[in-house]
Amino acid sequence: MKSERYFFQTSQLQNLLDKLQDAGYTCVGPQVRDDAIIYDEINSVEQFPRGINDQQQPGSYSLNSNQSTKFFSWANGPQAIKPLLFTAKEKLWQSKQSTDGQITFKTCDPDPKPIAIIGARACDIAAMKIQDQHFLQQQFVDPYYKARRGNLLIIAVNCSHPADTCFCHSTGDGPFVDDGADIVLTELENGFLCEAQTSQGEKILHGLLLEDCKNEQLEESERIKSNASKQKRKLPEFDIKSRLFNELNNDAWHAIASECLSCGNCTSVCPTCFCHGENDVPELDGKSSAHFREWDSCFGQGHSYIHGITIRSQTSQRYRQWLVHKFSTWHEQYGRSGCVGCGRCITWCPVAIDVTESVAQFVDRRCD
Amino acid sequence: MINPNLNPYVPHEAIIVERIQETPDLFTLRIEFTDPEIRAACKFEPGQFNMLYLYGVGEIAISIVSDPLDCLIIDHTIRVVGRVTRGLANLKTGDRIGVRGPYGRGWPMLESKQKDIVIVTGGLGCAPVVSVINYIEQRREEFGRLNIVQGVKHSSDLIWKERYDQWRKLPDTKVLLAADVGEALWPWHVGSVTSLFDQLEFDPDNVSVMMCGPQGMMRVVCDHMLDNRVAESQLYLSMERNMQCAVGHCGHCQYGSNFICKDGPVFSYDKIRHLFETKGF
Repeated sequence: MKSERYFFQTSQLQNLLDKLQDAGYTCVGPQVRDDAIIYDEINSVEQFPRGINDQQQPGSYSLNSNQSTKFFSWANGPQAIKPLLFTAKEKLWQSKQSTDGQITFKTCDPDPKPIAIIGARACDIAAMKIQDQHFLQQQFVDPYYKARRGNLLIIAVNCSHPADTCFCHSTGDGPFVDDGADIVLTELENGFLCEAQTSQGEKILHGLLLEDCKNEQLEESERIKSNASKQKRKLPEFDIKSRLFNELNNDAWHAIASECLSCGNCTSVCPTCFCHGENDVPELDGKSSAHFREWDSCFGQGHSYIHGITIRSQTSQRYRQWLVHKFSTWHEQYGRSGCVGCGRCITWCPVAIDVTESVAQFVDRRCD
Repeated sequence: MINPNLNPYVPHEAIIVERIQETPDLFTLRIEFTDPEIRAACKFEPGQFNMLYLYGVGEIAISIVSDPLDCLIIDHTIRVVGRVTRGLANLKTGDRIGVRGPYGRGWPMLESKQKDIVIVTGGLGCAPVVSVINYIEQRREEFGRLNIVQGVKHSSDLIWKERYDQWRKLPDTKVLLAADVGEALWPWHVGSVTSLFDQLEFDPDNVSVMMCGPQGMMRVVCDHMLDNRVAESQLYLSMERNMQCAVGHCGHCQYGSNFICKDGPVFSYDKIRHLFETKGF
C-alpha cells in the first residue's frame, strides 16, 4: 500500500519516538559511538548524529561535524538492520542429559520484543528483502529470523548524502526507498516528508502533527533524490553475472588475493551475507549443553573444511567464492545480485579493496 | 518427511539399538527415534542423510545406508575422522544421541528402474552408494545389469570384503575391484580403477551411473562414460561439502548456486559440469 505524503516539522521527530514507544516498540536508531554511526536503542532525538557527516573512502571511515541542522546528513555505518534480524550470535537450543542417559532438547525462543528501527536506508531495506528470501521463503523457514522479522517496524530515511563508496543507484536499490518499509521519511530543511507504506506505519504516523505537503517540498525532495543519485562509484555495465562465471580461472583472482588479507571484514559488514556456523558449548557442570550459531565468513580457513580437506585453501579461491556468489550464482538462488551497493565492504576493507574495481577488471576486453 | 511445523534446527532424541564395528575405524550405528510420533513420521530415500548430534560436542552429516522399507530403524555407517565421529564411536547399544533429518535429494532410484546400473566408488569405501546397492539387492528384478566398481589406493584399504563377496552372488551382477597397490594374495586387479571399465556391461542408452568418492576419480568416470555415449543426465554424483545446518541456511555447502544439503547431495553431471572442472569450488 502507498498512502498520501505529508509533512511534519522537525519538532515532531521526538513525538515520533514517543509514539513508537507508546505503541510498545523499543526504538533503535543511529548514533555516534567509537567514531562511527551505529544503530542501538534510542530514546531521545538528542542521540541522533545531528550535524554529522561521514567521510568514506576505500579502507577509511571518519565523521565530521558540518554546519547542517539535519539529523540524517550522512550515508551509513558498518551495520544497520541485519544484526537485528540475523543476530551475530545466538543460542538455538539447549540439550540436557540425565543420569540415565536420556537427552532432552529445549528450543530457545527468540525474545519477541517489538523493535522500531529509525533511519534505515534504501540499501539496508533491499538487503533485508534478500535475507527475507533466504531465511523465510525457501524450503525451510528459520523460526528465529521469522520471530524477529514479524516484530520489526521500519522507519526508513531516504538517503541525501551518499558516501564516496556508495553505488546503490547503479544496483537499482537506492538512494530512495521504493517499498519494504513501514514509514519512509525524507529530511527537508525544516522538517520531514513522510509516507506510510503499511497500515502499522500509518497508525504511527497519524499520531503526529501532520501537515499537507506543498509543491515546493515535493520539489525539494526530488532535488535531493536527483543529487543523491549522482554517485561517484558504480558497477560496470557489462553482463557481470555471466562474465564472472566464465572467468573462474582468470589470473586476476591471484592479483586480488595478493592484496586481500582474508580477514572477513567485508562479509561481516555486508548486509546480505548469510553464512553462519554452529557449535555446541557444554556447561561446566556437564549437565547441559548450549547450541549456538554465529556469523561465519567464506574467507575463513574452516568455512570449506571437510574431513581433513580445505576445499578453498587459497585466498584467491575464497575471494572468488565471495565475489562470484555475490554477483553471479546469487542470481540463480534469489533472482537478483546479492549486492545492494551500500559500499560497506569497500570502506571497511583494511587494505582498501574496491569491489566495483574488482568486478570491473573482468570486462571483456576482446569486445572493446 | 520433515514436519514443517517443527523447528528444523532442533534434533530429536534417538536410541542406539545396535552398534556394529565394521573395520577398526568404521562402525555402523542403528538408531531409533524415542518419540513414537517422530519415529512414525520418518521416511527417507537412498542417498539422503541425517544430522547426528553427540551430546555436548556437536552435529555431523551422515548418510543413511539402510533400506527405506524399514524407516523405524535407521543405519548410519560412520568413519572416525574428527571430534564428533570419534565420540560417536565410543557409544554403545542403549546410548542416546540427537538426530534430525532426513535431508537432501538422494539417488534417482525410480528413474533408474529397468535400467542397467553402474556404481563406482573410490577411496576408502563410500556409505552413500551402499544404500543404493542394498536397495537394488532388495528389488533385484526391478533393475537391469548391476556393475559395482570399487577402487582403493592400497589393497588393505578395502573394507567390507565379505559384502563384496555377497554382492558378487547376486544375479546379473558384476563386482570389480582394483587397488593401485596390491599386496600378496590380493585376488583382484592391480592398477587404476579405469582400467576395469572395459569389463563393464551396460547399454549406454539405458544406464544410470552412480558414483561417490574423490572428485578426481569421479571426473575420470564421467569422461569415460561420456566417451561411451552415456548422456550427461544419466551420470549421478554424490557431492560432499562442509554442512552445518542441513537446511540451506548456513552457506557452507554452497556449490555454485546449489546448496548441497538441499539441492543435493546427489546431482546429475549436467547440473554441475561447469563447476566440476574448477578447483576450489
